[in-house]
Amino acid sequence: MNQRELLRVENLRTYFYSQGRTVKAVEDVSFSVEQRSTVCLVGESGSGKSATAFSILNLIPKSLGRIVAGKVLFQGEDLLQISPKRHRALLGSDIAMIFQEPATALNPVYTVGEQIAEVLRAHRRCDARQARRQAKALLDRVGIPDAERRLDDYPHQLSGGMRQRAMIATAIACRPKLLIADEPTTALDATVQAQILCLLHDLQQETGMALMFITHDLSVVAEIADRVLVMYAGRVVEEGAVGQIFDAPRMPYTRGLLEARPSVHAGVSSRRLAAVSGNPPDLANLPDGCSFRPRCGYAGNGCDQSMPALETINEHSVRCFHWRQIGAFAPVPEAAL
Amino acid sequence: MFFLSRALRSALTLWAIVSVVFVATRLTGDPTYYLMPAEMPEQQRVELREKLGLNDDIATQYLRYGKALVRADFGRSFFSNRPVADLFFERVPNTLLLTIPAFLLSVAMGLCGGIWAALRHNSLFDRALTTATVVMQALPNFAVGIAAILIFSLSLRLLPSGGMGTWKHMVLPVITLALASSANIAHLVRSSMLEVLAQDYMRYARSKGLSPAVVVLKHGLRNAILPVLTILGLQFGGLVAGAVVTETVFAWPGVGRLVIDAVMKRDFAVLQFGILMFSTAIILANLVVDLAYGLLDPRVRGK
Ligand SMILES: Nc1ncnc2c1ncn2[C@@H]1O[C@H](COP(=O)(O)OP(=O)(O)OP(=O)(O)O)[C@@H](O)[C@H]1O
Ligand code: SF4
Ligand SMILES: [Mg+2]
Repeated sequence: MNQRELLRVENLRTYFYSQGRTVKAVEDVSFSVEQRSTVCLVGESGSGKSATAFSILNLIPKSLGRIVAGKVLFQGEDLLQISPKRHRALLGSDIAMIFQEPATALNPVYTVGEQIAEVLRAHRRCDARQARRQAKALLDRVGIPDAERRLDDYPHQLSGGMRQRAMIATAIACRPKLLIADEPTTALDATVQAQILCLLHDLQQETGMALMFITHDLSVVAEIADRVLVMYAGRVVEEGAVGQIFDAPRMPYTRGLLEARPSVHAGVSSRRLAAVSGNPPDLANLPDGCSFRPRCGYAGNGCDQSMPALETINEHSVRCFHWRQIGAFAPVPEAAL
Repeated sequence: MFFLSRALRSALTLWAIVSVVFVATRLTGDPTYYLMPAEMPEQQRVELREKLGLNDDIATQYLRYGKALVRADFGRSFFSNRPVADLFFERVPNTLLLTIPAFLLSVAMGLCGGIWAALRHNSLFDRALTTATVVMQALPNFAVGIAAILIFSLSLRLLPSGGMGTWKHMVLPVITLALASSANIAHLVRSSMLEVLAQDYMRYARSKGLSPAVVVLKHGLRNAILPVLTILGLQFGGLVAGAVVTETVFAWPGVGRLVIDAVMKRDFAVLQFGILMFSTAIILANLVVDLAYGLLDPRVRGK
């Protein structure tokens, strides 16, 4: 095991049970996050990104589903096995998460100041006055103007961007070692998106936290990622350093994503991942063989027989039977530009 | 503006209630039959009616009553000849001795039962509670009271069946009174809490590493209580109605029994005053609830 490794997820499986169906939202997912690094988790809507994030935090509601297998090793401790008390001590403190929808994640009946301060009170020995002072400093830090007054505002009194900043302030309050950001910019408009990204980047520089960033947006990935994890239908289908993924994608799905983007390095505009033609499969009723086969232009021998295993060469993993031939036949998208 | 229209509506409601009661009582009975033996000569009966002002036509009586009300003169009991307000208010403490513990008990049981059922959704406890609340809501108060007397007083001889005195006298009526409204509250807390537990902010609260008690009570209950609050006003009405029945069943000398006696004996002034006070109390309770709602929900407060 690597000295710099902060988080290692091993063979994680999370299933949701609804209406008698078993939705395999996370299926045999393994990856690791090094200290201070940024790992981007990309995949289209419904591919299991949020389910992966919530499984890491062991926050899958029992009424909805279960983590049926796997390990989540954070600094060597399995978050799925440790005592509830130890788990609470880590959450919000060493590991923090920013939710996809700030509008519904913040509690409507408490002030922003209170929602930040309660994390401090829970994890740091500090009284109400100190917590409030720190909460104000945090709001200042995330760029909320007039922080003193904003402390006493309720979530509904803030704009979407402000709410996201407040959630970031809450997340960094205890200086986490790992920050999981679940599409933190999807609900925001473009200029605010850029500001939030900048803020997260600066905070990462400042605090040295590792960032697990979930997104749809490949232009963001190109800018911030160290490593990229591509998910399809609950599985990791490709994983590698950002350069490997963008310059030499191996898996047809990843290639499809990149081809759908007109200019990667110019970073001007980006299309969403939905641009790969066809629809994602039903996670309760996956096709035989490779899940991507119904949409795959390269499908060939054996693709309908079994699920390809994740194959790793040069720290670049791919789940595809034919990636060697595909790479040899077709030029990678970057070369075509 | 809000208060003005609200006060106006409340006044109209009270006026309508008083009028209906006034007409209904006068159409349904003659107090002189209770004031003097049935075999008294008719002549004396007419004289007594004349003296009580019951021979005038109903419009005249109504006007007279209205004028007196404006002067805050609520009339006297036909029987004791004491001012009705005195009769009523001297019994209020007895009723509060029943209703306040019953209210607190029903809120406590309703909250605990509802929260626990929601946290253990679909468990045996949840299903038992749901069934029990449906049964409790359907059972009339007097049936519960009589059953309680049969079991705990007559069979087991544990508690007195009626009257007032020691704390033992309070047990059965308080529980009888509390059961129905605790069932209502538990039912509501449960469904409201179930909805809240599924909200994103609950998972967010857990992701901050807060303790389960803080997550459920501070983040959950505080939101789940809002829809419950709106029916607490109604519950208060139910409690008043329940008190009338319960006091009668347990021979408890409170305002409920005063009013029931007044109905039986056609003691018009007492009955009218009782109904007026009950209605006022219910209207005030609903006002308090609305104010509390405004205080507890920042989204409403802002507007
Ligand atoms: N409560 C649930 N009950 C049943 N299925 C669920 C539930 N929550 C999620 N799923 C399913 O699990 C799969 C993964 O969902 P998840 O929220 O992780 O997707 P995602 O990749 O985060 O998508 P998005 O980009 O839209 O946020 C989806 O197919 C979804 O339908
Ligand atoms: S295994 Fe076959 S179907 Fe699946 S991605 Fe590779 S070529 Fe396409
Ligand atoms: Mg998601």
